[in-house]
Amino acid sequence: MNRFAYASPATVTEAAAATGLVAEAMVTFDESAVLKAGGIDLLDLLKLELLTPSVVVNLRAIKGLDAITQDAAGNVAIGAMATLSQVAEHPLVRGSYPALATAIAGAAGPQLRNVATLGGNLLQRPHCWYLRSPAHHCLRKGGGHCFAIHGENQYHAIFDNHACAIVHPSTAATALVALNAEVELHDAEGATRRLPLEDFFVGPDDDIQRENALRPREVLTAIHLRKPASGTRMAHLRQGEKAGFDWPLADVAVVLAIGPDGVCREASVVLGAAAPVPHRARAAEQALQGRHPGEAAAGDAARAALRGATPLSLNAYKLALFETLVRRAILAALA
Amino acid sequence: MTATRTEIFSAGIVEAGLGTVTREIPAGEPPPWPPNAELTWIGKDVPRLNGRDKVTGATRYTVDVRLPGMLHARFLRCPLPSAELRKLDTAAATALDGARAVIALARPGDRLRYAGQPVAAVAALSPGVAAEALAAIDAEFRPLPFVVDMDEARAPDAPLVYDEASAPKGNPSGFPAAPGLPVVGNVRGPAVVRRGDPAQGFAAADIVVEGEYRTQVQTHSCLEPHAIVADWRADGLTVYMSTQFTSGVRQELAALFGLPLNRVRVVVDGMGGGFGSKSQLGVYGRTAVELSRLAGLPVRLALDRHEEQIDAGNRPGTFQRMRLGAKRDGTLTALAIESHGTAGVALGAGIGFFAERIYTCPNFETLQHDVFVNAGPGCAMRGPGNTPGAYGLEQAIDTLSERLGLDPLALRDRIDPSKARREERRIGAERIGWSRRHKPGADPGAVKRGMGVAQSLWMSNVQTNVACEVRVLRDGSVEALSSVQDIGTGIGTVMAQVVAEVLGLRPGDITVRIGDTEFPPGGPSYGSRTTASITPPLRTAATRVLAELGREAARMLNAAPEELEAREGRIRVKSDPGRSLAFRDAAALLRTDRISAVESRADDYPGFRRRMPDAAMAHEDLGGVQFAEVAVDTETGAIRVERVVAVHDCGRPINRLLLESQVQGGVLMGVSYALLERRVMDRRTGLMVNADLEHYKLAGVHDTPEIEVVILENLQGNSATDAYGIAEPANIATAPAIANAVYNAIGVRLTSLPMTPDVVLAALGKTGRS
Repeated sequence: MNRFAYASPATVTEAAAATGLVAEAMVTFDESAVLKAGGIDLLDLLKLELLTPSVVVNLRAIKGLDAITQDAAGNVAIGAMATLSQVAEHPLVRGSYPALATAIAGAAGPQLRNVATLGGNLLQRPHCWYLRSPAHHCLRKGGGHCFAIHGENQYHAIFDNHACAIVHPSTAATALVALNAEVELHDAEGATRRLPLEDFFVGPDDDIQRENALRPREVLTAIHLRKPASGTRMAHLRQGEKAGFDWPLADVAVVLAIGPDGVCREASVVLGAAAPVPHRARAAEQALQGRHPGEAAAGDAARAALRGATPLSLNAYKLALFETLVRRAILAALA
Repeated sequence: MTATRTEIFSAGIVEAGLGTVTREIPAGEPPPWPPNAELTWIGKDVPRLNGRDKVTGATRYTVDVRLPGMLHARFLRCPLPSAELRKLDTAAATALDGARAVIALARPGDRLRYAGQPVAAVAALSPGVAAEALAAIDAEFRPLPFVVDMDEARAPDAPLVYDEASAPKGNPSGFPAAPGLPVVGNVRGPAVVRRGDPAQGFAAADIVVEGEYRTQVQTHSCLEPHAIVADWRADGLTVYMSTQFTSGVRQELAALFGLPLNRVRVVVDGMGGGFGSKSQLGVYGRTAVELSRLAGLPVRLALDRHEEQIDAGNRPGTFQRMRLGAKRDGTLTALAIESHGTAGVALGAGIGFFAERIYTCPNFETLQHDVFVNAGPGCAMRGPGNTPGAYGLEQAIDTLSERLGLDPLALRDRIDPSKARREERRIGAERIGWSRRHKPGADPGAVKRGMGVAQSLWMSNVQTNVACEVRVLRDGSVEALSSVQDIGTGIGTVMAQVVAEVLGLRPGDITVRIGDTEFPPGGPSYGSRTTASITPPLRTAATRVLAELGREAARMLNAAPEELEAREGRIRVKSDPGRSLAFRDAAALLRTDRISAVESRADDYPGFRRRMPDAAMAHEDLGGVQFAEVAVDTETGAIRVERVVAVHDCGRPINRLLLESQVQGGVLMGVSYALLERRVMDRRTGLMVNADLEHYKLAGVHDTPEIEVVILENLQGNSATDAYGIAEPANIATAPAIANAVYNAIGVRLTSLPMTPDVVLAALGKTGRS
């Protein structure tokens, strides 16, 4: 770990101004400052010297960034500094977005969830073991190739994996993309912008060295969730090798809007640990829309979800695993 | 000729009915103990005496030791799996402000054989300066061809890890390697054990079962890393070290640095696991001492987790071909095994003697090979050899029982000569509800349950070079002293129980001082031998010191010393318990401030099966039978171990609570081995990619099954305590029991470890590959 200065600004604008870097955990070697939210991923990256900042800017002194609030219309805003435990246990989240609560409650272990923040969770860097190994100078670190594609890729992507086979590590993101969440970003001039979380994540084809669209001198401050339409059903399922405290081999979030006639009006099916960004399975969504969902529709959707997958040498098992999880998540949402 | 006397001992498995055995024993040995039911502390649930210190964080581990002026050491390690060291210039590191000592561990021209091999080491004022000093070392490595995969290493054109002359001849840690075996390419062996005529045995068989099994490389993953603080001074060397063998390390240091034994002291207080990987001084220990000698200051060297994973030992991976021949009634006619295993650049990857000793079979052959690859050296790990060996054989036996149409327990009743295991099978079957076991794959639905059984075998090891001391002070306080170390099993508590039993005190009354070579040599804590080695001389010493105290008390009580007994904190006349003296009042009669007895361990009364210079093996092996119940999700491939019933024997159990803890630890380690752990080497770069505890997965609280432990009381009249060990048997049977349960659940046999979802789905034909 290198030596660095430590700043603890009192406002988001000051924080944004203090940093040339965009996120808690962006590996950009030229940049000199990084933001610290919970500091979980940051500490790992510092220890591995994948990050060598001159300044670490602490966001914890900024008041109000961890608030979870509901507006008059019933929409919910979650402050980026809310801890995973706070989010998973909050009645607004448990009541209206149970799939999000489930996704977050299964992440890491209780000690980490008590410190890690939702913002930091969305911005953490991938846990590809080649990316995290200083000895492997991979594409994402400016090197010549992806070591995973012809290497040890059992935990890697089955979609969009021709250039770099990372998977997005956040299970919260899987649920949030399925819920059509938006992120709020705040810059050094005090201006804010909002964009759908789905558009916030950046795949390797767009930029191999970044995983999101946060700009320099910008801070992620909140996640916005619309009030679910009546008749909305949802579920999140994960399967890891361990029964707890493990990255998922596969995770799936399903959000269904069921009309009074029992017909599925809208469907979101999102796969985590499947692609470099949370992977929206549009074919699966189409297989559900306009149908009375049940065993048959769930099975069709599950098969459709895997269409176009390009598994690598060691991860073809994920096809069967995802197919099961998509089908079970749809049925769990309906149950 | 030492004087002897004859005694009659209770003998047999208490649960199955006791008999007696008559033994000629050395005259100085204490009288036979009755079964545990008649004893006060022995065999009882005595909580760990230092438990409170452990959970409050008060226990001092080696990583907590801080000495005034202490320096911090770090290694420069080879970054490549195979390389020639072209240049090593340490001048800039030596000149760095704050660097106090730099040593080279390799010379230009040397061949380096694994990523992580130490090349140089520095000691500096802080860890940060040590890191800077490492960066200032000018080292150049010329990459050489390498191979990290065992199958690839066996190919005729594989890059050679060694040439024939440089290949290791022996194994510095763990089992001794058979000498003089041929080395062809990267393969050394076979080491052959043969009896009878296997070919004839197979010809005589009604049924022949064949199988191939594969086990992964497992790392020890001790929660406390390998750590040492070395303090070299003009008047001698003191070393604080996380070690399984204080007095062994002392001997190594004395020999290596040319010091007399009385100028070397090795100390360990709390210890966070060893599992075989902390049995020797090691390169890291030697390096820290050398740095301290050069710097003239104490030096701390603690490995980080990455170093732990790549260069702190591992359980070798294996590939086993098994062939079993049997008559229709189950009688074995032949057993043949060919194995290849890899301990990286080291030897010791055999699958042990499990198959050789566990079942009755007249015609037997094993051919065991070591395969060298460019990976960190393996070393002994909890049940070395036998743990992978049991994984293969116990599945082959399960397959045979199915082919014969016999219950797996009935088959074992026929071929297993061990009385202890017979009883363990009976008890375990009852506890798990074996009669509920269905045919393989019989559960409807996606989640299928199953039940399996497997057995354990380990030697009853004893260290003969062992002594301990018991002291009674004039205020009635008592000390038990030995260099033996508590590696987490609670041996200190066991020692307090033994002394308390003899002196009629409570375990909490005994101050146990261990983990320091200033005390009598306590032997190593490996090979499941600690309790077997230390408790008999401890009882003898306590008996002797009590006799001395009794002489004073006898005068006061107007009785003959042999009329006295020590019970409930008093010395009293057996026939007239009203005539008594408090223990402390008896101690106050002593003519000197303290009395003391030092005793060494007598041989087992009926002798030993085998003797080594400082160690021996008792006649009867340790058994153990484990039953597992699993649920397999055939659509996700996830296996959940729901329940394990572990029935074990270890001679006379001294502390059931601690034994149960140790068995639970063994089972949990076995669950982890069966389902999760695996060293992943990248074949293209030759580097371990999961050298952490994030992607190297250890079973955690959510993966822990319900574990039910039963410990038999198996009396043999072998020693003053009749106690043996449990650490290794507790681990050996778990993985095959789970594997057999998985087969029973899904009707498809998994033949490689770990049994992760990808492996299960592939076996079920659900991945498009099989």
